[in-house]
Amino acid sequence: MNDATPSRTWRKPPFIANPWLRWGLIVVALIYLSWAASTLPFDWTRVSQGMERAARIFSGAFPPNFSRHDLLIKGFLESLQIAILATLLGLALSVPIAFMAARNIAIKPIYLIGRALIIITRSFHPVIVAILFVKAVGFGPVAGILTLTIYSIGFVAKMLAERIEEIDWGQVEALRASGTRYLTVLQFAVLPQIMPRQIGLSIYQLDSNLRASAVVGIVGAGGIGSTLMNAFGRYDYDFALAITLVIIAVILVSEAISGRIRRAIW
Amino acid sequence: MLRIQQLVKRYGHDEPVLKGLDLEVPDESVVSIIGASGAGKSTLLRCINRLVEPTSGSIELNGAELTRLHGNELRKARRRIGMIFQGFNLVDRLTVMENVQCGRLGYIPYWRAALRKYSTEDIDRAYTLMERVGIAHYANKRADELSGGERQRVGVVRALMQNPEILLADEPTASLDPVSSRQIMELLQTLAQELQLPVLINIHNVAEAREYTQRIVGMRFGRLIFDGKPEDLDQSAMDTVYSGTPAEDRQQAEQDTSKAVVS
Repeated sequence: MNDATPSRTWRKPPFIANPWLRWGLIVVALIYLSWAASTLPFDWTRVSQGMERAARIFSGAFPPNFSRHDLLIKGFLESLQIAILATLLGLALSVPIAFMAARNIAIKPIYLIGRALIIITRSFHPVIVAILFVKAVGFGPVAGILTLTIYSIGFVAKMLAERIEEIDWGQVEALRASGTRYLTVLQFAVLPQIMPRQIGLSIYQLDSNLRASAVVGIVGAGGIGSTLMNAFGRYDYDFALAITLVIIAVILVSEAISGRIRRAIW
Repeated sequence: MLRIQQLVKRYGHDEPVLKGLDLEVPDESVVSIIGASGAGKSTLLRCINRLVEPTSGSIELNGAELTRLHGNELRKARRRIGMIFQGFNLVDRLTVMENVQCGRLGYIPYWRAALRKYSTEDIDRAYTLMERVGIAHYANKRADELSGGERQRVGVVRALMQNPEILLADEPTASLDPVSSRQIMELLQTLAQELQLPVLINIHNVAEAREYTQRIVGMRFGRLIFDGKPEDLDQSAMDTVYSGTPAEDRQQAEQDTSKAVVS
């Protein structure tokens, strides 16, 4: 039929069509890797000393010491409170911000404000935000709550805004065509569509905040992280190991629960 | 009575999709609009309820001009225009009853919508209409659990809940199997008579258009090129509506002025 197809072999077209660009990128990547590896200051004597120190810490940590369980439980309850409060606050703020930051339903100026809020809340790692808040409001759980609220907004609002931008527009169109008011259109045509994602994100964020609350505690923002840091500071490696084990156990449990809940939503 | 005069719709600087279209639809008549893809059928319907903004021309529904309405007035005018979609456009995660009540959302105050407190009259009317089309027993089922034909019935009831003065159906049967498709066409036909509503149906299936409507309008390149009874739609009329390949269509559109329009 068609003379332009002489042979009937077929190969997958390359990912990058231009051969010069394709091979160029590979060569550049290889050169960079070898250069980076050759210039990094690996000091093997220091590594071996570090290994000895690590061995000392670990031998001091065994067996884990659960005798101060009241301190452990108190720290954990505080972490849990920080995580739950920060998640609730973060969600309450991130839903409106997400609607503002969705290009398909917000007018341009509102959209820009929403996007700017998300970018600002995302631009710093929670540990840096926690350092700022500890300076601002002092040591303790309030700094942790504020930090994780910001952290929740950055993640939940961004993901939710992206979900809003992917909605089936036909449902919105149908309600607009029936003379429904703007806010009611959002409630009836947009909200049901993003609900499963919203619930999934909320559970994930609670999970994530629980983990992060341990990290921000290290810089003084309360919770189990502070307990852990104190234990290290006093060379109580056995207590520190006990805390670490409990953190792992709690994360595993919350992972299992949230996975189950997310699977149940459809 | 719907009266469209000199309707033009142009996207940007492209060739207009609608080029000075005139159409009158008296009450209680079911009109099929046929034409190849890209002829402007869907744009025409969407200009009527202003999902698409017409560039110029006039659209009057029962004496009220629709093209110049804004804000709240446009919203109130839209309540009187029911629309049925090819993809049903139901809110998948809501129940059938709530989808049907969506047709009343334009009439009830904010707080009632927010709390989902529908009035007893609306609920009663919903049941009457759902019984009429045979979906009352699905009231508490989620919309995405229904079959295509059942979903389109929900779409029809939702539109009727608006107490519309006209129904616009944009290829209402194109995503349905042949049996459901005929049932929906029959339903639209009888409802138009029962409720004395004018109904405009965009349709690809010419056989169904002939069978279920008294008047067929043929569109090509944004103009009406046929308007008559089903029996007037002979082979030569069909040829003028559908003849040519898309490539030829594009050529002709280019000859018309500048470049092709496929909406």
